[in-house]
Amino acid sequence: MVATATTSGPGGPEAATDWVRGADEVLLGFTRALRAAGVPVTQDRSQGFLAAVALLGLDDQRATYRAGRATLCAGPDDLERYDQVFEAFFNARDGLPRTRPAAPATNPTFGELPADESRGEGTTTPDEVVRAMASETEVLRHRDVAAMTAAEKHRLSGMFATLQPRPPTRRTARHRSWHRGDVDASRTLRASLRRMGEPADIEWRRRSVRPRRVVLLIDVSGSMNGYADALLRLAHRFTQSVRAGSAAGGRRRGVVETFTVGTRLTHLTRAMQQRDPSRALVAAGETVPDWSGGTRLGETLGFFLDRWGQRGMARGAVVVVFSDGWERGDPSLLAEQMARLHRVAHRVVWVNPHRGKAGYEPVQQGVVAALPYIDDFLAGHSLATFADLVEVVSRA
Amino acid sequence: MELDSTADVSARLGETGYLCDEALSTVAFLALRMQRPLLLEGEPGTGKTALAEALAESLDLPLVRLQCYEGIDATQALYDWDFPRQILHLRALEAAGGADPEEAEKSLYDARFLLARPVLAALQQSPAVLLVDEVDRADDEFEAFLLEVLSTYQVTIPELGTVKAATPPIVVLTSNRTRELHDALKRRCLYHWIDHPGLEREVQIVRSRAPEVSEELGRQVVTVVQQLRDRHDLQKPPGVAETLDWARALHHLGTTGLDLATASATLGALVKYREDAEKVRHALDQMLRA
Repeated sequence: MVATATTSGPGGPEAATDWVRGADEVLLGFTRALRAAGVPVTQDRSQGFLAAVALLGLDDQRATYRAGRATLCAGPDDLERYDQVFEAFFNARDGLPRTRPAAPATNPTFGELPADESRGEGTTTPDEVVRAMASETEVLRHRDVAAMTAAEKHRLSGMFATLQPRPPTRRTARHRSWHRGDVDASRTLRASLRRMGEPADIEWRRRSVRPRRVVLLIDVSGSMNGYADALLRLAHRFTQSVRAGSAAGGRRRGVVETFTVGTRLTHLTRAMQQRDPSRALVAAGETVPDWSGGTRLGETLGFFLDRWGQRGMARGAVVVVFSDGWERGDPSLLAEQMARLHRVAHRVVWVNPHRGKAGYEPVQQGVVAALPYIDDFLAGHSLATFADLVEVVSRA
Repeated sequence: MELDSTADVSARLGETGYLCDEALSTVAFLALRMQRPLLLEGEPGTGKTALAEALAESLDLPLVRLQCYEGIDATQALYDWDFPRQILHLRALEAAGGADPEEAEKSLYDARFLLARPVLAALQQSPAVLLVDEVDRADDEFEAFLLEVLSTYQVTIPELGTVKAATPPIVVLTSNRTRELHDALKRRCLYHWIDHPGLEREVQIVRSRAPEVSEELGRQVVTVVQQLRDRHDLQKPPGVAETLDWARALHHLGTTGLDLATASATLGALVKYREDAEKVRHALDQMLRA
């Protein structure tokens, strides 16, 4: 909990105690308090609020309450915070609720890169340095992310740029013109129209192609601790390069949705859309409340399907679950939810960081429960395995 | 057709059989007065689409519906040209004896060959109610296009010129939250989250929407449905639409009071998953015994 609300400047709690300064000022003070509590209130929303209150009349507090709900909020999370702030601002008046999103328990940024000791010894030629670096990079590509030092992780984070995820595609109901395929009646008619109705060349068409949605579900429970940073960087890389669209492939830009699962479900897509990777990771850190908690994969997966997945987000999408399968909850619930996911999604990919290690057997209860409903079971502990994953997703 | 207060809105909607709480009637009133689009979110089956229908009916305005889907684009929302009819027209001109080519071409892009798709139709017919259903299913490019239309209430057709609504249509957008809508679109709209109604209100809704169902049966049905919603283990908890379906189904079978046999036989009206049906049958057994 952070007591930011009390330090929110001139528009904070002082405004509440000063009713006489005019209604507009009080209302705007309320919007500022709301902003301090984490609801993104913009200038035009505040204006809409004032207009709505003016329409409904100032004397009725319930009306003011409802006007604010309609004009200042944009989602269920906002509504919850709105109720608390409203109560505190107009009724309690003894300070504002401290409901700003909790500060990150762990900050997922990397330590500063210490000066590289391998260089500057004076005896190596530049050529040798380059070769040494190249092989070092290659080694780093195959190293287990969890076993890396801070400096190595820092070096690795730069290498994520080498991953080039492309959105998987699907055929659509729409057509585009093509030099062979089916007859395109409408285009043929239009061409004939241009010649005053004389029969013209026949135009052809084929189904066009659109990107499929990619949904990433990242387990951030305690047992996945060492991989959380790398997986978030991977998610960021996915989001950025798929959003930008691959110019080379000539395909349209796609959509990547990211969630963290653990003890609860957190929607991270917004945070991942920040262009700068370290900023995106900090934003993710601020959003996710349950770093290194337990794993209730079945339950959170069920929640994901209820709230987002079944209604359309996972429908026909490529869903990637990053987890080691150490399930504390009921494995039969996990199996049930994986079956649901499998029915809704186009392809379900399970990425397990331990999969690539020697002697790994899929014996964890969670993995055993989920295994029948997985299309691809991949390793995910090093950059090289991430590259494999990118390939699998792009071809799904 | 002026509505002066939230109570007015609520009364008018009530006449059409749509019962809403005060929060919803306030937002609807604000949307009408401020001429802002209304964005409704909430569980499926809570009456988001029905509100648009009720608004249109109570204000006696045409309802224009745009169903969104993945891959929808502007030509499916705005307008298209009717090519076969254009060709026929050309042939007719020809048969009538050599028309002036320039005149002929001009006559081709006439309003009568224009196929108005929902958005254009709403602008042309306005005042009207434009329902943009399940906007979260469309792609974000389409969202951007909607934003443009919703901020200017006009559409430009290169061959014909600009169509501007004399009065802006009343716009209702619904979303099931399969993805987060863009903030710019949300900012244009008034927002309301529709919850499932409480017991008494749902009984009222059943009474008003399905008056043929006896009061006793209606109350029993709603009580069961409300308990099912509280269970939280159903894949798809029944919405108000399902409550109505079930009540009507039972009524058609001549049931006056709930019993396990008819209830199980009509479960298909209430739940749509096999797993849910099992759970509900079990729960019903307990509820009816109690």
